[in-house]
Amino acid sequence: MGHIDPSLVDWSRAQFALTALYHWIFVPLTLGLTFIVAIMETIYVKTSDEWWKKTTRFWMGLLAINFAIGLATGIIMEFEFGTNWSNYSWIVGDIFGAPLAIEGIMAFFMESTFFAVMFFGWDKVSKRFHLLSTWLVAIGSNLSALWILVANGWMQHPVGMRFNPDTARNEMVSFWDVLFNPNAYTKFLHTISSGYVLASLFVIGVSSWYLLRKREIKFAKRSIVVAASFGLLVSLFNLTTGDDSARQIAVDQPMKLAAMEGLYEGKPGAEIVAFGILNPDKKLRDSTDPFLFKVAIPEGLSLLSYHRLDAYVPGIHQLVDGSKEHNILSVAEKMKRGRKAVEALAAYKVAQKAGDKEAMKQALATFRHYSAYLGYGYLKNPEQAVPPVATTFYAFHTMVGLGTWFILLFFLILYAAITDRLQKLRWLLWAGVISLPLGYVAQEAGWITAEVGRQPWAIQDMLPVGMATSNLSTSPVMLTFWLFAILFTALLIAEVKIMTAQIKIGPKEHDHV
Amino acid sequence: MFEKLSYLTLQEYWWFLIGLLGALFVFMTFVQGGQTLLYRLGKSEAERDLIVNALGRKWELTFTTLVMFGGALFAAFPLFYAVSFGGAYYVWMAILFCFILQAVAYEYRKKPGNLYGERTYEIFLFINGSLGIILIGIALGTLFTGGHFVVNDNHLSHWTRSSYGLEAVLNPFNVAFGLMLFFLARILAALYLIDTVDEAAIIARARSVLKIETILFLILFLYVAGSIVSMSGYGYDPQTFKVAIVPHKFMHNLVAMPLVAASLLLGAVLLLVGIGMDLFTRYDKGIWPAGLGVVLVVLSLFSILGYNHTVFYPSLDDPQSSLTIRNASGSRYTLVAMSYVSLMVPLVLGYIIAVWRAMNRHKMTLQEVENDPHHY
Repeated sequence: MGHIDPSLVDWSRAQFALTALYHWIFVPLTLGLTFIVAIMETIYVKTSDEWWKKTTRFWMGLLAINFAIGLATGIIMEFEFGTNWSNYSWIVGDIFGAPLAIEGIMAFFMESTFFAVMFFGWDKVSKRFHLLSTWLVAIGSNLSALWILVANGWMQHPVGMRFNPDTARNEMVSFWDVLFNPNAYTKFLHTISSGYVLASLFVIGVSSWYLLRKREIKFAKRSIVVAASFGLLVSLFNLTTGDDSARQIAVDQPMKLAAMEGLYEGKPGAEIVAFGILNPDKKLRDSTDPFLFKVAIPEGLSLLSYHRLDAYVPGIHQLVDGSKEHNILSVAEKMKRGRKAVEALAAYKVAQKAGDKEAMKQALATFRHYSAYLGYGYLKNPEQAVPPVATTFYAFHTMVGLGTWFILLFFLILYAAITDRLQKLRWLLWAGVISLPLGYVAQEAGWITAEVGRQPWAIQDMLPVGMATSNLSTSPVMLTFWLFAILFTALLIAEVKIMTAQIKIGPKEHDHV
Repeated sequence: MFEKLSYLTLQEYWWFLIGLLGALFVFMTFVQGGQTLLYRLGKSEAERDLIVNALGRKWELTFTTLVMFGGALFAAFPLFYAVSFGGAYYVWMAILFCFILQAVAYEYRKKPGNLYGERTYEIFLFINGSLGIILIGIALGTLFTGGHFVVNDNHLSHWTRSSYGLEAVLNPFNVAFGLMLFFLARILAALYLIDTVDEAAIIARARSVLKIETILFLILFLYVAGSIVSMSGYGYDPQTFKVAIVPHKFMHNLVAMPLVAASLLLGAVLLLVGIGMDLFTRYDKGIWPAGLGVVLVVLSLFSILGYNHTVFYPSLDDPQSSLTIRNASGSRYTLVAMSYVSLMVPLVLGYIIAVWRAMNRHKMTLQEVENDPHHY
C-alpha cells in the first residue's frame, strides 16, 4: 500500500497530539462548568434571589472565555482526520465518520443555538426558557463528548464492522455494536466525570483565592459549597468509572495495561505500583529490574483488572513473545498471519483485475482466515508493538495520584465550609488554589495514558499509525505544526490573561444587573 | 423505511443533504461578510460594537454549520474527505487557520487583558471574513475544475503537486468563485444588519454598500454562471463507471434536470428581489427572500455537480481516479443508519428557527449593547 516516510508519521502524530492536548485544556472545564452554572441558575429561578443570578452570570462569563477557544481547537481536530490521516479516513471512515456527524447534528447545533440564548437572552426570553437553554447547553456539550468518545472507544476496541476487500476498507455492519461498545461507555463516563472534577476545582480555586484576599466572601463561600459538594460526588463517581476503565483495558488492550504498570513479567496475583521510579536502562527482554524504586500493593493489579486476587496479568514480555501456558500468541506469529492477510488482499485485487472468479474466491477465503491479524501485517518488527512504557507509566500514575488527592481535597473543603472554618484554614485555601493547575495536569495525563498507551495502533490491532497518515511530504506537516504551536500558544496566553483579569475584577462588576 | 431504498437513491439523498448544508453555510456567511464591513458600516466605537454584537449572536451557528458540513462529508462521502483534505492540504489548513482566528475574536475583542488589543481581534475577524471565505470559494470551485490527485486500487490517494492544493488559486474560475462568495457574503451581511439593528446611520451605510457589492457580485456571478454552462465536465458511464470528458456537461445536466434549472433561476431571482426590497422599498426583510434564493442556487449547483452521472471532483491527472457519488460514498449500511439520524434535521432546524425568532424579536440598539455586561 505504498511506503510512508517515518518522519511524516511522527510529525502527523505530533500535530494531532498538539491539537488534542490544547483542545483538552478547554473542553473539560466547559463540560463541568456548564452544569455548575445550570445548577446555580436553577437555584436563582427557584428562589428568585438576584444574588444567585449575579453569581451565575459571573461564572458564565468565565465559561464563555473558555468556550470559544475550545471550539477553535475542536474544528481543527475534526478536519485533521482528513488532512493528516487521509488513509485512516478511507479505511475506517465508514464507521468513524458516523458518530462525528451525529455529534454535529445532535450536540453541536444544540450547544451553539442555546449558547446565544444563555449569554444574550436574559432580557429577550422568559426566565424558564433561559434556564432551559442553559441546561440544553450543558446537555449538548456532554452529548458531544458522548459521540466523540463513541468514536474514540471504537478506535480502542473496534466492533461492529467487516473488511470489504472490494472497497479495501472496513464497513459498518452493526450501528448498535458501535454505539453500545462497552469501551465507549466507560470512557465517556470517566471522561465527563473528570471534566466535572476539573470544573469543581476551578470554582474552588478561584473562590479560595478570593477568600485568601478577603474579598467576595459571601460569593466565594457559597460557590465553594456548591463546587465541593458537586466535586466530592463526581470524583467518587470518577473513581468507580476509572476502575471500570481499567478492567476494560485489561481485556481489550492488555499491552496498554502492562505499560501503565511497567509490568514486564506477567504473573498471577500481580501487584499494583502505588509509586515508582522506572529504571531508564531497562530494555525489552533483559532481566534488569524495571524499577529503581517502588511502593506496591500486593495483588492489587490482579484485583483491579479481573476482580480476583490470583488472576494472571500478562506482562510486556509475554505479550510480545507469546505464552503457550496462557494461550497468548506472539507478535511475530501475529505478524506472520497479518502478512498472509495482506498478501491475500493483493492477490484478490490481481484476480479481480484479471476477472478470475475462482482465484478471487480462494484469495478471499485466505484473507478472511487471517484478517483478524491484518494490522500486524504492517508492523516491521515485534518490538514495535510495545508503546512508550515510561510515558504511559508516569502519565497513568500522575493521573491516579492527583485524582486521589482531589477526593481528599473536596472532602476537607466541604467539611471546613460546613463547619464554617474555611477562612481560618489558610493552608487549605492555598491547597485549593494550587490544585487548580494540578487539575489540568491530571486531565492531560489521562489523555496521554489513553493515547500513548495504545501505540502503535490508530485502531487497536487493526491499523497502525504508520498506515493511517495522509500521503504527504513531511514539510507541509512540519510547517503547520509550528504554525499551530505558535498560534495556540499565543491564544492560550491571551485566554489566561483575560481569565485572570475577569477573576480580579470579580463578580462585583455586575452589581447593576 | 430507508432500508428499502436503493444504494443509488441513498447516495443521492446524502448528496442532497451535503448540498443543503453547503447552501445553509453560504447563507450564514453573512456573519463573515459583516466582519469585513465593520469599518465601512460602523464609524464610531459604539456603532462597531453594535455590528459585532449583531453578528456575534449568530457566529457560532455559522461555525457549526461548517463543522457539520465537514462531519456529514466524512460520514457520507469519506473518500472525498480523504482525497481532498489529505491532498489539497495547504488550502484546507489555511481555511482552518482563518476559522481559529474567528472563534476567539468575538469573545476576546473587548475583554480587559486581551494582550494583543482590540484592533488585532478585528483584523482576525477581517481575515476570517475575507481570506477564509475566498479560500472556501476556491475549494468549492475545484469541484468544477478538478484537482491533482490519484486514487489507487485500494482507494488510498495522494496529491501529485507539491503545492498541495495551492495551485487552485491559479485558476481564474476558482478565484472568481471565491470572490463571488466574498461579495455575496457582504450583500447578505448588509441585508442582515438592515433587518437586525435599529440605528439609522448604519442602515443608510448598509444600503449604499449593498448597491456597490451587488454590482460586483453580479459581474462575477455572470462570469461564473457563463463558465459553468459553457465548460466541459466529467461524466461517467452508469454501467462501466468509466469516466470521460463531456463537453457542456453542466449545461446538459440543467437540460436533463429542469427542476434544478428552475430552482437555479428562481434562486437568482429571489436573491435580486431580496436586494431590491431593501434598496427600493421601505420593507427591510429582504434577507429572507435573498437567503432562500442563495440556498436554492447553491443547492442547484450541488445538484448539477453530483447528479445525472456527473463527476463531482475530477482528477486532472487520472480521470479514472475522479470522485462520483457512487464511488466516494459510505457503505449502504452506513448511509441507511445515517439516514435515520437525518430525520432529526427538521427538529434541529425547528429549534434554530424558534430561537432565532425569539432572539431577533426586537431590533438591536446601541443602548442594549451598552447595557449588556456580557456584550462582545
